[in-house]
Amino acid sequence: MCAADFVLYEEEFKHLEEALRRLRQEANAKAVFLIDKNGQQIASAGETEQFDTTSLASLTAGNVAATDGLAKLIGEREFSVLFHEGQQDHIHISIVAKRAILVVIFDDRSSLGLVRLRVKRASVELEKIFEVMMQKGERGAQGSIHASPFSEITDDDIDALFGE
Amino acid sequence: MTFINYASKEINCKIVFYGPGLCGKTTNLQYIYNKTAPESKGKMISLATEADRTLFFDFLPLDLGSIRGFTTRFHLYTVPGQVFYDASRKLILKGVDGVVFVADSQEERMEANIESIRNLEQNLKEHGFDLATIPYALQFNKRDLPSVVPVEEMYRTLNYKREPTFEAVATTGVGVFDTLKSVAKQILIELKKR
Ligand SMILES: Nc1nc2c(ncn2[C@@H]2O[C@H](COP(=O)(O)OP(=O)(O)OP(=O)(O)O)[C@@H](O)[C@H]2O)c(=O)[nH]1
Ligand SMILES: [Mg+2]
Repeated sequence: MCAADFVLYEEEFKHLEEALRRLRQEANAKAVFLIDKNGQQIASAGETEQFDTTSLASLTAGNVAATDGLAKLIGEREFSVLFHEGQQDHIHISIVAKRAILVVIFDDRSSLGLVRLRVKRASVELEKIFEVMMQKGERGAQGSIHASPFSEITDDDIDALFGE
Repeated sequence: MTFINYASKEINCKIVFYGPGLCGKTTNLQYIYNKTAPESKGKMISLATEADRTLFFDFLPLDLGSIRGFTTRFHLYTVPGQVFYDASRKLILKGVDGVVFVADSQEERMEANIESIRNLEQNLKEHGFDLATIPYALQFNKRDLPSVVPVEEMYRTLNYKREPTFEAVATTGVGVFDTLKSVAKQILIELKKR
């Protein structure tokens, strides 16, 4: 019934974070975020404390979803890049591996040209990691990697969550 | 589509509040926001018109504690109920794990309720979901108003698959958490099955 769950394991998480760290450094950016198209944050690097990352993820996903809708409306498959220019900070948004959103926040210590270039390179790397994730996810679904921690949850566990 | 993160030990689920215009979806989220401890919630985002109608969505992240060492997080969204916002409604349903349908109990809104459930069914289908199997709760809101339809009659008209049903007054919070808990439980039970 539902689309397959999105499962992220330790190893790929580390690889994603490494790739993001490198991108942040090479692009001279303030912060970079990788967000699931449904609005959930996957990984990040840089000065992330200064942002409300949960809101950022949800609004970015909304923004991308609306833009995708616009693209279809005029007969485009997608707009692959969004760029918002501010007084000081700018935000570069692109799609990676069809299902994730890469967000780069930068100021005048960097430039759009540099960010674009580095994002392109990082995207290739990120896509490879996603491929591994998808393969693992499929195998995981057949129970060969992790036993799901949820297979044994009880009604009591669930009730406890609501402080009953 | 639940997001399970083994690295940070988190599960994230998405719940969407659906229903016709002015039925009280945003009010449900506002009540939940107001009654949740600061450490368990994030900022509530409302993308609304100047007249306080939802334009794109409301968003409220809730952190309910942990199950088996996994932090369990629910992302609550509302859709814009006005008929002409259908394109936006479709977008919000992407990746949904569970739906709350907020029905307006007033006699004159029955047609709108029926129409909105039909719209929900159709929009879920476009994302490959089936209302018959997705975690789902039905709320009869605005029970405090004078012109309400009797509960039995509403149930007969609106119930889709014998889903859990709740009477509510979202403005004062009656039934609000019961509705949320019901759909959250169904989502977690669904996770257990996989
Ligand atoms: N009397 C009464 N009024 C309610 C109740 N719930 C919501 N309202 C009122 O109904 C109006 C609309 O509520 P909203 O929560 O904004 O409705 P909505 O479903 O988000 O509407 P859209 O964003 O247009 O789809 C507000 O004035 C609320 O105060 C209720 O249980 N009883
Ligand atoms: Mg609203």
